[in-house]
Amino acid sequence: MLQQIRTLILKELTLEWRQKYALNGILLYVVSAVFITYLSVGAKQGNIGVPTWNALYWIIILFSAVNAVAKSFVQEHQGRQLYYYMIASPEAIIVSKIIYNSILTLVLALLGYLVFSVILGNPVQNQGLFVLNLVLGGLGFSACLTMVSGIASKASNNATLMAILSFPVIIPILLMAIRVSKNAIDGLDWSVSVDKIITLLAINAIISATAYILFPYLWRS
Amino acid sequence: MKSSWWKILTIALLAYTIIAGLLLDVPRLPILNETIRALYFHVTMWFGMIIMLIVAVIYSIKYLKSNDLRHDDIAIEFTNAAILFGVLGIVTGMLWARYTWGDYWSGDPKQNASAIGLLMYFAYLILRNSLTDVHQRARIGAVYNIFAFAAFIPLIFVLPRLTDSLHPGNGGNPGFNAYDLDSNLRKVFYPAIIAWTLLGTWLSVVRVRLKRVERKIEDKLINQIS
Repeated sequence: MLQQIRTLILKELTLEWRQKYALNGILLYVVSAVFITYLSVGAKQGNIGVPTWNALYWIIILFSAVNAVAKSFVQEHQGRQLYYYMIASPEAIIVSKIIYNSILTLVLALLGYLVFSVILGNPVQNQGLFVLNLVLGGLGFSACLTMVSGIASKASNNATLMAILSFPVIIPILLMAIRVSKNAIDGLDWSVSVDKIITLLAINAIISATAYILFPYLWRS
Repeated sequence: MKSSWWKILTIALLAYTIIAGLLLDVPRLPILNETIRALYFHVTMWFGMIIMLIVAVIYSIKYLKSNDLRHDDIAIEFTNAAILFGVLGIVTGMLWARYTWGDYWSGDPKQNASAIGLLMYFAYLILRNSLTDVHQRARIGAVYNIFAFAAFIPLIFVLPRLTDSLHPGNGGNPGFNAYDLDSNLRKVFYPAIIAWTLLGTWLSVVRVRLKRVERKIEDKLINQIS
C-alpha cells in the first residue's frame, strides 16, 4: 500500500514535470489573477484593508486550486485509467492523488502569497501561523477537490459541474481557513486560533475519511 | 386500511399542528411576540428535512452495498422531499426574520449555512441529471450524496455555533428552554416535527411508487420491441 502510494506520487510528479505546460499554465493563472485583482481594486501598495486582502487572497487560491485539481482525473485517458485500475488499489490512488494535489495547492498558495506580498503589500504579522494555516487549508482543499473532480470526470459538462459540486462542500474549510488567516494577519496569540485550527483539522479529517471510503465505489464504475 | 394508519395519523397531526399552532396560547415575549409560532412551522420543517436527509443517506449507503436500484429510488425521492422542506424552511425563516430582525436576509451564520446546504443539494440534482446511464447515475449520485452529507453536518451543526448567531438559543439569546417554562410550546412542537416528517415520507413514497411503475412500463415497452 505505502509502496503503491509512493510510486503513484512519483508518477504524478514525473508526469507533471514532463508536461510542463500544465504546471506553468496554472502558475501563470495565479499571477494573472492576482494582477487582475490588483488593478480592479485600484489599490496602491498598502492601501487595501486587511479583511479585503484576506478575502481576495483566499478567493484567488480557491479558484486556482479548483482549476489545478480539476484536471487530475481528466488528463489521463480511459485506457490508462483502466491500467491503473488493474495494478493499484483505489485507496492507494485516492491517497496519492490527494497528497500530490496538496503539494500542488500549497505551491500555488505560496506563489500567490509571494505575488500578493510584492504587489499588494504584506500585512501578515504571524508568518508561522499563516503558513501552517496554508498547509491545512491546502490539504482540505485538495481532499475535497480531488474527490469532486473524480465525481465530475464521470459526467459530461465537466467544468461547470466541478465548480457547483465543490463550492458548497468546500465552504466550511474556506471559512475556517479565512478566520485563522485573519488571526495570523492581525498577529493574535496562538491560543486564540487553537480551537479554530482544531476545527479545521476535524473538517479535513471528515472530508478525507469520506473520500477514502467512497472513492473505491466511484472508481469501480 | 391497515397500512394506511400512518397517513391518517399524518393528517390528524398536521391538522393539530395548524389549529393548535395558530390558536393555542403562547408565551408573550418582547420582540418575538406572536412570531414565536414560527417555531411550529419553520423549526419543525428543518427538523423534518434533516431526518429525511439522514434517511436518504442511509439508502444511498444501502445502494452502494447492494446495487439495487430500489434503494436509489428511495434515496433520491427523500432528498427531493427534503429539498422542498428546506426551501419552505428558508422562506418561512426569511418571513420570520423580516418581522423580528428587520430584514429578509441579515447574514446570520445559520441563514448562510442553510443556504449553502441547499446549494449542495441543488448541485446533487444537477449532477444526477447530467448522467444518462441509470446505474451510473445511481452510483455517482449516491457517492456525492454521502460526501455532501459529510460536509453538511459540520456546516449546519458546528460552524454556526462558533460565532454568535441572531437565532434564539444562540449567542446569548435565550432559547427554547428559557421561554418554555410550562412546556406549552413542546405540546405542539414535537407532534409538529412528526407531522412534517410523515408528510415528507408520504410525498416520497408516492413518488417512489410512481417511479417504479414508470420503470416497469418502460421495461415492458423495450421488451416488446426487441
